[in-house]
Parts: sequence; structure tokens; C-alpha cells
Amino acid sequence: MAKTVNLKIDGISVSVEQGTTVLGAAKQINIHIPTLCYHEDLCVAGNCRVCVVEQEGAKNLVASCAMPASEGMIIHTNTHKVRNARRHVVELLLSEHNADCTKCYKNTKCELQNLASEMVITEPMFIDLVPFKEYKIDKQSPSIIKDNSKCIRCQRCVRTCHELQHVSALGVAYKGDHMKISTFFENPMYDVVCTNCGQCVNRCPTGALVEKNYIDQVWEAIYDPNKHVIVQTAPATRIALGEDLGMESGSIVTGKMAASLRRLGFDSVLDTDFTADLTIMEEGTELLTRLKKALVDKDTSIKLPMFTSCSPGWIKFIEHLYPEYLDNLSTCKSPQQMFGALAKTYYAQKKGIDPASIVSVSIMPCTAKKFEAARPEMRDSGFQDVDLGLTTRELAVMIKQAGIEFESLADEKFDSIMGESTGAAVIFGATGGVMEAALRTAYELITGREVPFKNLNITAVRGMEGVREASVKLENVLPAWSFLEGVELKTAVAHGLTNAHQIMEAIKKGEAHYHFVEVMGCPGGCIGGGGQPIPTTPEIRKKRAEAIYREDEGMKLRKSHENPEVIQIYKEFLGEPLGHKSHELLHTHYVPRKRV
Amino acid sequence: MPEIKELVKQLADKHGRNRESLLPILQGIVTEERYISDFAMTEVARELDMSAALVYGTATFYSFLDTKPRGKYVIRLCKTITCDMKGKKQILRTLEDLLKIEVGETTKDKKFTLLETNCLGWCHKGPAMLINDEVYTEITPEKVSEIIGDYMKNR
Repeated sequence: MAKTVNLKIDGISVSVEQGTTVLGAAKQINIHIPTLCYHEDLCVAGNCRVCVVEQEGAKNLVASCAMPASEGMIIHTNTHKVRNARRHVVELLLSEHNADCTKCYKNTKCELQNLASEMVITEPMFIDLVPFKEYKIDKQSPSIIKDNSKCIRCQRCVRTCHELQHVSALGVAYKGDHMKISTFFENPMYDVVCTNCGQCVNRCPTGALVEKNYIDQVWEAIYDPNKHVIVQTAPATRIALGEDLGMESGSIVTGKMAASLRRLGFDSVLDTDFTADLTIMEEGTELLTRLKKALVDKDTSIKLPMFTSCSPGWIKFIEHLYPEYLDNLSTCKSPQQMFGALAKTYYAQKKGIDPASIVSVSIMPCTAKKFEAARPEMRDSGFQDVDLGLTTRELAVMIKQAGIEFESLADEKFDSIMGESTGAAVIFGATGGVMEAALRTAYELITGREVPFKNLNITAVRGMEGVREASVKLENVLPAWSFLEGVELKTAVAHGLTNAHQIMEAIKKGEAHYHFVEVMGCPGGCIGGGGQPIPTTPEIRKKRAEAIYREDEGMKLRKSHENPEVIQIYKEFLGEPLGHKSHELLHTHYVPRKRV
Repeated sequence: MPEIKELVKQLADKHGRNRESLLPILQGIVTEERYISDFAMTEVARELDMSAALVYGTATFYSFLDTKPRGKYVIRLCKTITCDMKGKKQILRTLEDLLKIEVGETTKDKKFTLLETNCLGWCHKGPAMLINDEVYTEITPEKVSEIIGDYMKNR
């Protein structure tokens, strides 16, 4: 057992595990210490000094986020000195901060604003330096807006981009009062190695990094009587949206979400989960085809392992950092883009609607989806397949704008067609979910039997471990798949791009041999996506993941190939997986990008 | 361009390809090229398998790692208080007159760049000035004319 230390905070004795910070110890006895640069997902920076406390015997105030608790320590968190210091810190930050709060996208959701409000800062103590600084605002990216005038240089974004994502598109440049958070040569985010994952946006305490929102454009489309506005919702939105509307983390709000979308005025409320099931059909078939070509035909041009292609952050990561592995990526479009391509073809035909009048909106846990929707490759329907991509947060804003009492809504169902889904689709939202869904279908396709796991729950690929491996032995296979008899199908799962980097390096060095690898760009998978409610922490991710698996267990159908609408679309429109029509609409290619 | 590629490779061979190799490599580039171009930075990033934004961050942090093209001789005049009180202003005026450029600029023949710098640690012998790695202390307008004249003629 770990050693414990005893200390006293504000007169209350507390015993904590050695290594716990003073901040952590205070939290255990429900004493709240304000923080700004601190974030549970990141290493301690200790640069903002908002969390200072007084330690008896120490000359200076100490930063509680960085100071480990030690035996006999006596801490005061609410002395005159402490409060004065914290107030000065916040005032100094405000003197360089463009505090035009009412016109800020983060208004009422800003950690700096909250602190200023708590401290009742009404009169400026220091000179406003904002007019003297030439702050840059970068609005070029379709996903992320970077506004240096709001930046307090806490470096959460820099640590996020480096520690969680191994990208480091953002770094710290210059020094002293010239110091700024910068891309390479202060180039626009659009023009650098940024994957658009939005993890920085999710962690920015102010409005310095926000998603580019398309709320007004969606309202405009809804109000336009000549437009048929359809909406799709990603798996991970239904277990997180509630958080932004006053509900507990881990609340499942699938039915309320469908109801609210209908109330907002969307003409048809549909589900990305439908195309998640379709992805399994296409990607599963692609994997089996690759295996056959590699194992039977000995075709050396076939690249293994095959990587999943659902996460646009991961796609951009591999395009920038590992372009030599682009052929390993599944050619399947992401569920969002499969949906987009089918909405303006299959759906339009079935409903007798002119695809030119369709506005296709997506609700995603993701900021990279905005970039993905705007990719020139994503116009196979003859139009831009997905017109407007919104984050979970933006949908919450729209629901509030419409005056909808979200919690009191009665559950409603998705519309048809393209609204039916299975449990295999909803788990796409959690790391390991695509793998699990693929295995449920592929194993059954090959052997004619269900996967040999209790309740279809393939627990080996679940969890929050950064990289997880699982292998399934294929025995007594159906005659059509005899070449797979006795083959041990080796798979791996990674989430967060730092873990993706780790797996890529292992593959590159020849240390790891897999057939199929799932990578999700964000920690925890889409449940921890950059477009999800703020805050996102390890604990919240866990709750959201639990909700996803609860939702799966509650579904009648839990295997993608049993989705009746999927069966129907192959019969009526697509023909067969990897068929001609699929190739045209559901598959894509990737482009190598520069490393800078 | 190919020369810079080669230079970065040589420097990386010499100093290693770890994070701690970054600074000596950047210094090496400045020694050879007198500044670090964006191309050089991307080359360093590639060679060290690290983000270009981090290379940029390091390069912009240090005043002596120039990121703009510089002349063959970079003159850095101390701008801090002791040198200022000992007549730095006259020195600066003299330099500007002699070189026909202002602070931050480079002469047309790319021979001189005139910059101001923070404390050089020669307060007791101010005003102080650096030309590349050479220190000149207790300088006067006359002395400066002599020094610059020598650089113009003999170097």
C-alpha cells in the first residue's frame, strides 16, 4: 500500500496518499481551490498561479496544483494574502485579455470570466494593455478559431497537443510579454499539421480556441421553406448532450435528442448510427477481402494491418505524419460521410426530393468532422455531401435558443429511412467500439456462429488503456472462408493520437503484427471528442463510456448485419458490400500532407 | 536549399537527434547562415522527428537565434540602463549615420545588421557593444567610427 501523509488544510486534518498535491488533498475534504492552467488530463504546469495557498513556514505562497502534500503541512486557502494574490493574478490576466465578454462565444462558459465574477472584479486595477497588443485572430480553419486576444497563455492547449495528441501543432513562441501560443511561424491553423481534433478547444479555459460554429447557417436553412433540412446524430452525442443541458454525466438522452431536433424544425431526424452499421458491412467486407488477397492470392500489394477510417482527426494525423501508410487505411468513408453521400442519392430518390434542395446537417462530438465535411473528396453525391457539421455543444446552444425544456421532453424515435440502428453502431462512440462491432459481424459471417463472448460483449477491446490488443481464433469456419481456418485474427485498439503514434512506431519497427487496428483520434474515442461538452475529464469519459455500453445492451438488435434498413439498402440500392455503387458513394481516398 | 539540408544533417550527426540536440543545432545554423530560415526550421524538425512549432518556439525564444536574414556582421548595442546612462544614444546615432540604416535593419550590401540587445553584463565598462562574438566596451562615437571603419575596409 502507498504511504500516506497527514496534513491540515484550513484547520481540517486530512490523510492522503503520498504524491497527492495540496490541490488534490483539498478536493478530498471539499475545499475548492480555483485553478486555470491545471487540467486533470495534463501534466502540471503551475504557470497561472491562481491556485496559490499559504503554507505555514514557507516564505512565499505555493501553487497548490504543483505542491505535493507532505507530513505535518499546515495550509491555509482563504487568508487575506491568498485572496489578494489570486485577485492580482486574475486582474493581471484580465489586463491583457480582450474581455469583451458579451460578444464572446464562450460568454458564461469561460473559466476566467467565472473567476472574475467570483472575485467581483468590477474596477480595473491595471492598465488595459489590449489596445497596445497586435493580437491575431485566425478564422481560416473550417473547424477551429484561434483568437490570441482571449489567450491567457496557460498552455493547456500546448500540453494537450503535445501530451495527448503527439502533434504539437501549437507551441510557445517568443518570451516575456511577447510570449504567445503559436503554430509554426504563426501560420493559420488550416495550414499546419493541426488534425482539427479540437482537444485544445475542449480544454481552453477562455474563448481563445473555439469551434467555428455554424448555428446561424442551420437556423437559416431550417427557416427556408424551399429547403428540406435533414439531420444525423453521431453515436457519442446521445450520451453527452444532456451534460450541456443541466443533466448528469452519463445520462442517455437518445429519445430526448430526437424529440428536440424535431422541435427545432428539422424535416427529418435521422441517425449516423445507421451508417455506422453500414460501415461495418463495408469495412468488414474490405478486411476479409484484404485477408483473402494477402493470405490466398499472396498479393503483396495488399497492405495489412488495415486501419479504421472513422475518425477524421486520425485521418489527418496519418496524412501528415505517416503518409507512407495511407494504403493501410480502410477506404471506407466515415459514417458521417457515408450518410451524407446517401442522403442526397438514396434518401432523395426514396422520398422523391430534389437533392439540390436538401441541406444535410450533422451533429457530431467532433470539430474535425467540420473539416471532413468540407473536404473536396466528399462530394460524391454531386453536391457537398454534408453541408453543415455541428458539435454536441452547438446543438445544446440551439436547443437553449429555441426555449426547449430539454429534460422534460418525452422520448421520441428517429425517422425512417436511415434512422434504424443496432447496438453495434452506438458503441462506435467509445474506443474499441468499432472493433467490437466489426468482430461481432465478421466472426459470424466467417463461422456462422455468434462471437464467443458472453452477451456479445467483447470486453478485451473495451476500457481506457491507451493501447489494447485482442485476438480471436477462427475455427470451424464456413466453407466459403476455409482459408481463414485456424487463423488467429490479431487486432489492436488505440485512442488519443499519442497512443496512435505509439502503435504506428511499433508497426513501423516491425515489433507489432496485426490484421486490423482501430484508431480514434480523441482520448476515450468519440465520447471524449473535441466537440463534446466542456469539461471532459477522465471521470466524465468513464461515465459516458458506461452509458454507451448500457445503450448497446438495451438495444434489440446488436449486430450491424441484422439492421433491417441496412439489409434493405443493399437490396434496393447498393447491391452488395464493396459493390459498384458502394465504391462510388461510400469509399474514398486520402492525400499525403506536409509534416509542418 | 540543398546546402541547408546538408548542413542540418551534418549538425544532427554531430549533436545527435534528441530534444537536447535542438539548441546546438540551431546555434550551428546561425553560425553558418547567420539566421534560421523557415526552411531550415522545417529541416531541423524533420531531421529530429519533432514538431516544427516546437523548433519555432525555441528559435524565437532566444534573442541570439535570429529568425530574420542578417548581415555578415551583426552589431548588438546594449540598450539597458547603465549603458544608456553612459551615452548609448550617441553611439547609436553614430552607428546609424555610419551604416545609413536604423535599428533592426541590414545594409544593402548585407554586410551589417544593427540591433539593440539586453544587458551584456559589461555595465562597469559601458557602453558596450557586440559585433558577432566580439565585445567592445567603453566605446565612444570616435571609437565606434574607428571600429566600423576597420570592419568596412579590412573585413
